[in-house]
Amino acid sequence: MPQSNYQDLQNKSKKHWEELTNGAVPLIRIGSAMCGHASGAFRISNKFKSLINDKSLEVNLNHVGCLGLCYAEPIVEVKKENHPRVFFRNVSEDDVEEIITSYIIGDTIPDVGILGFLGNEDINLPAPSLDQIPGISLQKRIALRNAGHIDPSDVLQYIANDGYSGLHKALTSMEPSDVIDEVKNSGLRGRGGAAFSTGLKWSFMVNSPGPTKYILCNCEEGDPGAYNDKGILESDPYTLIEGLTIAGYATGASNGIVFIRHGHDGPIDRTEQAISQAYEYGLLGKNIFGSDFSFDIEVSLTGESYVAGEETALMEAVEGKRSMPRYRPPFPAAYGVWGKPSTINNVKSLSYAPEIISKGSKWFSKIGVEKSTGTAIVCLSGEINNPGLYEVPMGMTLGQVIDDLGGGISKNRTLKLLQTGGPLGGVLGPDSKDIHIDFDEMRAAGAIFGSGGIIVGSETVCAVDLTRVLVAFCQFESCGKCFPCRLGMEHLLEVIERIANFESEPSDIELMSSVGKTMESGSLCGHGQLGFGPIRSAMSHFKDDFEAHLIDKTCPTGSCLNSKITPKNTRPYATDYVPELVKET
Amino acid sequence: MTTKNKKLLDDIEEAIKSQKRPTITVLSSLLAIQDHIGYIPDEAITAVATSLKTSKNAVFNVASFYPNFRFTPPNTNSVEVCWGPTCHLLGASKILENILKILNIEEEGDTEDGKISFRFNTCLGACSQGPVISVNHELFGNMTSSEATALINKLPNSKTKH
Repeated sequence: MPQSNYQDLQNKSKKHWEELTNGAVPLIRIGSAMCGHASGAFRISNKFKSLINDKSLEVNLNHVGCLGLCYAEPIVEVKKENHPRVFFRNVSEDDVEEIITSYIIGDTIPDVGILGFLGNEDINLPAPSLDQIPGISLQKRIALRNAGHIDPSDVLQYIANDGYSGLHKALTSMEPSDVIDEVKNSGLRGRGGAAFSTGLKWSFMVNSPGPTKYILCNCEEGDPGAYNDKGILESDPYTLIEGLTIAGYATGASNGIVFIRHGHDGPIDRTEQAISQAYEYGLLGKNIFGSDFSFDIEVSLTGESYVAGEETALMEAVEGKRSMPRYRPPFPAAYGVWGKPSTINNVKSLSYAPEIISKGSKWFSKIGVEKSTGTAIVCLSGEINNPGLYEVPMGMTLGQVIDDLGGGISKNRTLKLLQTGGPLGGVLGPDSKDIHIDFDEMRAAGAIFGSGGIIVGSETVCAVDLTRVLVAFCQFESCGKCFPCRLGMEHLLEVIERIANFESEPSDIELMSSVGKTMESGSLCGHGQLGFGPIRSAMSHFKDDFEAHLIDKTCPTGSCLNSKITPKNTRPYATDYVPELVKET
Repeated sequence: MTTKNKKLLDDIEEAIKSQKRPTITVLSSLLAIQDHIGYIPDEAITAVATSLKTSKNAVFNVASFYPNFRFTPPNTNSVEVCWGPTCHLLGASKILENILKILNIEEEGDTEDGKISFRFNTCLGACSQGPVISVNHELFGNMTSSEATALINKLPNSKTKH
């Protein structure tokens, strides 16, 4: 597409957006990210479709992503000409007819749950402006700026909201080195867990020999408790596609690969659709915006494997093998996928790039705190009143997240523990409310911010029971390549199960520490190196819980008296398979 | 060759050939077959090895690693329960226990009547709606044991495995 056409494309998009959002035809938007899906959004959508059909109404129906207020899903928004946007919450199938008859055909707000409204138009509504709800007002949305507002299957809606202005600016007025400098200056640190400077990471690949170089985007996201990567892909895959393209330009890469776990159909389908639309509009492929820069992106799927999120294991999976980590060196920037130079970034890190380029590094670095700039995308779940997907400025305290955004602990219980940073992260106690969400402060507190999952537990939760589940997960997911992790995880699980069953021996704590140390120093990747982390932090914050199990042989909360079902790893061994297999074809 | 075998081989071939992504690998082909026919039969291992000019061992090496591959035909319906920490805190283990009881199985696997294939899932991705279960790939959040039972009881019976 010639350069001058970006303006045309924007004009076309803006016109389309205006017609859609304030045209004569009413617009219904249904929140249908995974949170919406799990609360019945697609059943609601089918009900809308069938009633719209029965009544021969002219209505536009969009499936949008997540506003962040997962607790209010399924959220249905209705926008009529010269009316504000009205958001209905926790919509049931029975509410659908009511919404259609009273508000789409008629003009009366129906008597169903109303979340709020958005817009300046005069309205007499028994609900607040959405901007006054803490779950919205305390958010600062950058990567998720379009989530819940645009239809992730319509690239024009993205462009109408200034989409592709960052890439256009980069390709028409910046050298690749300028782009890297801008990202370095923004202070952006990788959101995958390691918190390494994204700009610096990009610079490593610049001098690697081409022409084929890869930028990989990691959306394996097997962390239980984290859903922000999938949230971005489901709500606004274009911001990732644009960010990935910018990263490609900056590093001199020729190909981008978005790596997603098989089975997560929402994120996969929406990303693939976004890529094919980008090709259709010349935003991917040869000579983007008439420049010399050409770039291709494809989606690559992995089987179910948590370790596939480790950067070299991810490369193995892209090549179609077992997702087991490689030895390093050589490092990916020199020898990555198919032996070509490669850089891996997390979905969130890449999704910031369009706004950083378009609004500048100074704008970005003013958000958040000095060493942790920008926003944190928090997945708040567990025993909390308002679980959600909240993008907040870095530096907010955990207390603010739990009380102000999350609305406090559910069922009037009190906070006992926070599990942060995924199963390899840590467990924090109730005194952690003053800790700021900041990579370094969280690490110093013995937890990590990691991928952004915060799981909240009340006094009814037993720290031993939760730790057992975390260790069971890590054991299940150990890839088995290196023995400290393969055997260590199994050993740790055995001991923690013994503790949970009140059958432990006094030497068990020491035994776990010794196994943990071996894993830390001898494992090939982070899975084994960090595998002892959850136990160590749980033991330091919840000594009483452990002692009750170890010495008094009781479980104060009673959780450990319940059945302890954890899955067996059912991976078959090659020896279980047909004997002919030994023959080579 | 029986008609049934011929159909299986054709299905496998179709799954391998219908992949639209530019990069085709052992893993992508296996995933395509799993999606298309629901499991990885011996014939599929051979077919992938032949189409990608590699050994059967190399293919089974990959297939045996990822727990989402299965090697026998699945039952009519799939049920998965999340046992991630969020769902666990919110009562997933009671749901798991109850489902195992009503399905009369001891761990993940297939019911004898051919009705349900049951799996544990490490994370279904909708933690904010925990506890979550998946029934025929549709997610259901904020589950209770009785709601989960009701969903399972509604599932169609099957006379023959497909």
